[in-house]
Amino acid sequence: MTGTITPRDEKDIVEAVTAAASREQTMEIVGHGTKAGIGRASQTEITLDLSQIKGISLYEPDELILSAKGGTPVAEIEKLLADNNQELSFEPMDFDALLNVQAGRGTLAGMIAANLSGPRRIKAGAVRDYALGVNAVSGRGEIFKSGGRVVKNVTGYDLSKFVAGSWGTLAVMTDLTIKVLPASEDAATVLVLGLDAAKAREAMSAAMGSSCEVSAAAHLPERAAAKITGTAAAKAGRALTALRLEGIPVSIAYRKAKLEELLKSFGRLGALDRSETLSFWRAVRDVLPFADKTQRAVWRISTAPTEGPKVGAAITAATGAEVFYDWGGGLVWAEMPGLLPEENAIREALGGAGHATLMRADPTMRASAAPFEPLDAGLAALIQRVKVSFDPKGILNPGRMYAGV
Amino acid sequence: MVAMPALDQDVLARRAAVVAALSAIVPGEGVIDTETGMRPYESDGLTAYRQLPMVVVLPETVEQVSQILKYCYEQNIKVVPRGAGTSLSGGALPLGDGVLLGLSKFNRVLDIDYENRAVVAQPGVTNLGISNAVSDRGFYYAPDPSSQIACTIGGNVAENSGGVHCLKYGMTTNNILGVEMVLITGEIVRIGGKFLDSGGYDLLALICGSEGLLGVVTEVTVRILKKPETARALLVGFPTSEAAGDCVAKIIGAGIIPGGMEMMDRPAIMAAEAFVHAGYPLDVEALLIVELDGPEAEVNQLLESVSKIAEACGSSTLRVSTSEKERLKFWAGRKAAFPAVGRLAPDYYCMDGTIPRRRLPDVLTRIRELSEKYGLQVANVFHAGDGNLHPLILYDANKADELDRAEKFGSDILRYCVEVGGVLTGEHGVGVEKRDLMPTMFNEIDLAQQQRVKCAFDDRGLLNPGKVFPTLHRCAELGRMHVKGGKVPFPELPRF
Repeated sequence: MTGTITPRDEKDIVEAVTAAASREQTMEIVGHGTKAGIGRASQTEITLDLSQIKGISLYEPDELILSAKGGTPVAEIEKLLADNNQELSFEPMDFDALLNVQAGRGTLAGMIAANLSGPRRIKAGAVRDYALGVNAVSGRGEIFKSGGRVVKNVTGYDLSKFVAGSWGTLAVMTDLTIKVLPASEDAATVLVLGLDAAKAREAMSAAMGSSCEVSAAAHLPERAAAKITGTAAAKAGRALTALRLEGIPVSIAYRKAKLEELLKSFGRLGALDRSETLSFWRAVRDVLPFADKTQRAVWRISTAPTEGPKVGAAITAATGAEVFYDWGGGLVWAEMPGLLPEENAIREALGGAGHATLMRADPTMRASAAPFEPLDAGLAALIQRVKVSFDPKGILNPGRMYAGV
Repeated sequence: MVAMPALDQDVLARRAAVVAALSAIVPGEGVIDTETGMRPYESDGLTAYRQLPMVVVLPETVEQVSQILKYCYEQNIKVVPRGAGTSLSGGALPLGDGVLLGLSKFNRVLDIDYENRAVVAQPGVTNLGISNAVSDRGFYYAPDPSSQIACTIGGNVAENSGGVHCLKYGMTTNNILGVEMVLITGEIVRIGGKFLDSGGYDLLALICGSEGLLGVVTEVTVRILKKPETARALLVGFPTSEAAGDCVAKIIGAGIIPGGMEMMDRPAIMAAEAFVHAGYPLDVEALLIVELDGPEAEVNQLLESVSKIAEACGSSTLRVSTSEKERLKFWAGRKAAFPAVGRLAPDYYCMDGTIPRRRLPDVLTRIRELSEKYGLQVANVFHAGDGNLHPLILYDANKADELDRAEKFGSDILRYCVEVGGVLTGEHGVGVEKRDLMPTMFNEIDLAQQQRVKCAFDDRGLLNPGKVFPTLHRCAELGRMHVKGGKVPFPELPRF
């Protein structure tokens, strides 16, 4: 069979995958399709629509765990958590603005499969750090489980974390258990105005290396800063280096004073209050500086913080791209001036010191670039063998990350 | 006692040639083949199990590791990697027909990078050695297993080690940025670096906690953190373990994640107090140590909140540390709990299940019942914040059948942990110890999938066989195998 299959339960998924495996038919696994534009374009015979495999089955705030079906909307989970003063600490991004998709969409399994974490990554960890347990259907059509519903567990290989970031190429995630944490009572942001990227990185390293417990550190050059409307900071018309503090008010007040003392030698200081802090970091998280309703190529590059500004400058010099920095300089967002991904310039600028992912591309240009960081021969062969161990016929999202995987 | 894979007589017959080949790769004193020389390697922290290896090799360079593994792969020789040998689950237990590959000479910190908050270390550097290397600048490496003075970072990666602070700061897997690893074929791969997340599959997630079955780690890049400005501890006694458990739930429910939150039951309290005189109250059934860290103003406010919660939960005693000396004294009893309990009997057996915290009263009740059934005493220490329970079963190995009873007692506890929704091991690993209990948590399909992953790294099953998995499957069979309804299709295959 071809076309779209919309399973109602795990049994339907097993049937669909088993049938596809026996006929060696390829399957695209989709939730809400918010990230369909990311990765290598591929033609599959079947679309497996998981949007009806949904529902939160367990939420125990004082055990810090939540279990839900793979197709559960992340927005529904975040709403429930917020009602209990908890949150997804890794700050998953909403792709609506950057990728021109519907707002507030995206599923739990999609979030895990992409493993894309937001600004709090530097303090709280990545999506995968919160993956505690998974039930999934392998490419053999077998339901397997890994992990559990407790926050501390080393029983067997950690396949719950391993499927994070695999973009649906290993297994169809049906049930997931994640760790949740209390949300901070209050938040504030310290700004340093008018720094260049290199100096900003020094300021951010100083802040991150202090005991101020900075929960996010970003640098927006003047052009990017100007595009984040609605905050007083954006109106300053200068580059912004922003450091977020979260916690209880008495702690924030103390750390803010300490951080300002630490940073005053770098440049003029500013500050964002709680509500400005929320909207500013949401803008950084959702890459609003590049949310321009175009299909200009956008790259997301993870490297060592000290390398970030060098990589950013090299990309800009080679392509004229606009860049901004998150993760204390270790995450570079780059928007190309046109539709061309300019992959060679990106890879050359990074020089293998991290990984670059093509996050937005015009459909006509998508095939012209490898969207994920190329692997050396040894790792590529290893990853290929691991793929086969889950999906011997290569039917699940084949080629989404790499050819043959 | 669990059974290990049958000895490969063909390999044993070639022992002299193997020793010669390894000596050619690692010249000098790097190869040990005498019985007295190998004796220190016959066991790890799970001392009930002892086995001399065929030969010990202690390489000094990654090239040597690569050549050793390549040789063993070509010659079909089993390899057991070993750090400091502090595993509590038998992860480094040698095999009589295997090469014991010790990483103790990989003991250098290679790079300290404060700007990127990362340290690159060789795998034989101790856990505490990393923190010590960066302490003068006020940094530390967060995961702190009790054995941190001896255990190595390579071993921590293999076991995904935790510690008393991992509720707030995470386990090894959450604090590692990259590794260099040698595959059994001798191939050297590098994964991650000083940047966050991996490109491609998250192989670090697999390698952390893989118990030496996937590869030999030869370099580790870890994330370091700035030390908190202040840390203070509360010592709270409760008339019942239910009240203590309730207090833990309410603290977390109030949105407070303490730096550490430990519980001890009455036998553990008595033993610890008798051993280190920490000033623990002796008229309570459960004792909580709650540590709060951060800026002083924050710590003070949280101490107040926690105190109020504890009183509302019916605490019978409550003390707050007023000096660093007193805080360390509160911890001294807990940190010495294992040796303290060890003074009560010639031997003790440490278990490591994790349970949903609210099931603690049920689990403690069951442990008491089992204690009577098996006629062995038990003391409980508990990483209360994350539900990781360490029952310490007291026994005397010189008395007939006591070890056997202790092992059965321990297995029953772990089965009950799984029954209430928990897991077999929170931080000590499966090793040989819990290997045969794996089917209580996983069915054949789950285990077959894990073993297929193992095959992707080690297609001949030469790295640390006999650990983690209760049944050895050949990789070719696993590739063909289709498990129906959780039933294995090859019932004739050897089970341990």
